[in-house]
Amino acid sequence: MSFEILTFSFMHRALISGIAIAILCSIVGLFLVLRRYSLFGDAIAHSSFGGIALGLLAGVYPLWAAYGVSIASALIITKVKDRYNISGDASIAVLLSSGIAVGLVIIGLSGGFTIDIFSFLFGSILLVSVDDTVLILGLTGAILIVILLLYRQLLYSTFNEEQAKVSGIPVEKINYLIVFMAGITVVTSIQLVGVLLISALFVIPNVTAIMYGKGFKQTAIISMSLSIFSVIVGILVSYILDITPAGTIVLISIGLLAGTMGIKSAGLLSKN
Amino acid sequence: MLKVVEIKNLTVKYPDVKALDDVSFTVNQGDFLGIIGPNGAGKSTLFASMLGLHTKYKGTIKFFDEDIKKSKNYLKELGYVPQKPIFEKNFPVTVTDVVRMGLRKESDENKIDEILQQLWIHELRNRRIGELSGGQQQRVFIAKALVNNPKILILDEPVTGIDQQSIDLFFSILRELNSKQKITIIWSSHDLDAVNKLANHVACLNRTLFFHGETEKFFSDDKLVKQYSEASMQEHMHHH
Ligand SMILES: Nc1ncnc2c1ncn2[C@@H]1O[C@H](COP(=O)(O)OP(=O)(O)OP(=O)(O)O)[C@@H](O)[C@H]1O
Ligand SMILES: [Mg+2]
Repeated sequence: MSFEILTFSFMHRALISGIAIAILCSIVGLFLVLRRYSLFGDAIAHSSFGGIALGLLAGVYPLWAAYGVSIASALIITKVKDRYNISGDASIAVLLSSGIAVGLVIIGLSGGFTIDIFSFLFGSILLVSVDDTVLILGLTGAILIVILLLYRQLLYSTFNEEQAKVSGIPVEKINYLIVFMAGITVVTSIQLVGVLLISALFVIPNVTAIMYGKGFKQTAIISMSLSIFSVIVGILVSYILDITPAGTIVLISIGLLAGTMGIKSAGLLSKN
Repeated sequence: MLKVVEIKNLTVKYPDVKALDDVSFTVNQGDFLGIIGPNGAGKSTLFASMLGLHTKYKGTIKFFDEDIKKSKNYLKELGYVPQKPIFEKNFPVTVTDVVRMGLRKESDENKIDEILQQLWIHELRNRRIGELSGGQQQRVFIAKALVNNPKILILDEPVTGIDQQSIDLFFSILRELNSKQKITIIWSSHDLDAVNKLANHVACLNRTLFFHGETEKFFSDDKLVKQYSEASMQEHMHHH
């Protein structure tokens, strides 16, 4: 087998943006998973469908419309959920279905324009441009800095809201910040990996890492490493075998999860 | 004597019940106040109001002579141990991680080890919090409450479901915090004997406050004790 593929510049861009997105999705996803909000990424991804349709209708660049609509609707659903005491999973269902519904109705009303459904569902990581790569790196850097600066507040309010409040942490603001970061992460990632993969990147490496890690930092680092591994191997293998990268990446991370569960039930992973 | 807490005419209504009715009392610096009252007496509601978690109350609550609706500064001087610390069982944080959450300045990192040693849980520092026993977890949450050197410690019924040996250790720690480090302690409990042994002040709560004063005064007055026990019994009958 040749290593020629590693010399293609589209492959460099795919790997670099893939790694950035792996890191971003796993750390933002860790907070969501621990808040029992695992499917929130999926809901935002679906609402971006409405955003893209709205953008095409209004003549706004679809990606920017997707950012605006997804983040705004995620923040609104969070507000509504707290105000009317709606459970997390129900609010996710509301966001998810309304995003798709808005998209479908707009497409219907406008006489139908072609959204590339296939690339929306599965992404197009091998087609990522230099500009996209720069944008992805910039956003990843910015979000990582915010997470490092507000590390204690983010962790504490995820661990126990009430106690965080008593310690003087502005819990509501932190909650909105997490939702906002999730919105940016999802819309950024969608172009590369598609709606179907979003949940996988948000959830699977974290579920696996939680089985290994003792402390929070350790768990976050394990999760990022698993995620990066799946993305790199997934991109390369899928290119060589000429299959969809998104599906391959998910299958690899599921393989890692299954392997971990195997190790765990064989009792090789100590419980303490 | 310095007034740490001053509560005046505190009334809290939930949609279905009046949980607190015109409660007034003060806590001075160095006091060890035991708040006793049966289930549903309003102890947790009182704490939630004092901690700023429940804001829809009538009356005033002051810490260090400042209304808590005006300033949240008092929270810096306060450590709180909740009745049931709720968290996901497999939440990936170690004992050290949990105690660090309570720490305001990153620079005080050494304080974590110090406090873990003081509470006899230093050897547990790298264990995941969800793997510990109830009594061990509780000491971790006390460590978290103490790591900022608070002037006031508020504990909501902290010994439910914990074995006698751990309770004894816990009580001796509280006694030392109060007598040596001069921390003001406000502690709610069902256990009259424990309150008698530990606290120097007692507040009897059952929606209204029907006694507040020195521990000796309460326990030397058989009538009061009997009255309290009967009120608690009645409350139990209502509940069952
Ligand atoms: N969030 C709430 N909404 C409605 N009613 C409440 C709420 N919290 C408490 N109550 C009611 O207020 C009353 C006082 O409850 P509270 O929890 O303060 O009692 P407690 O003294 O802490 O009891 P326990 O010893 O069982 O912990 C009870 O009748 C309870 O049903
Ligand atoms: Mg209570």
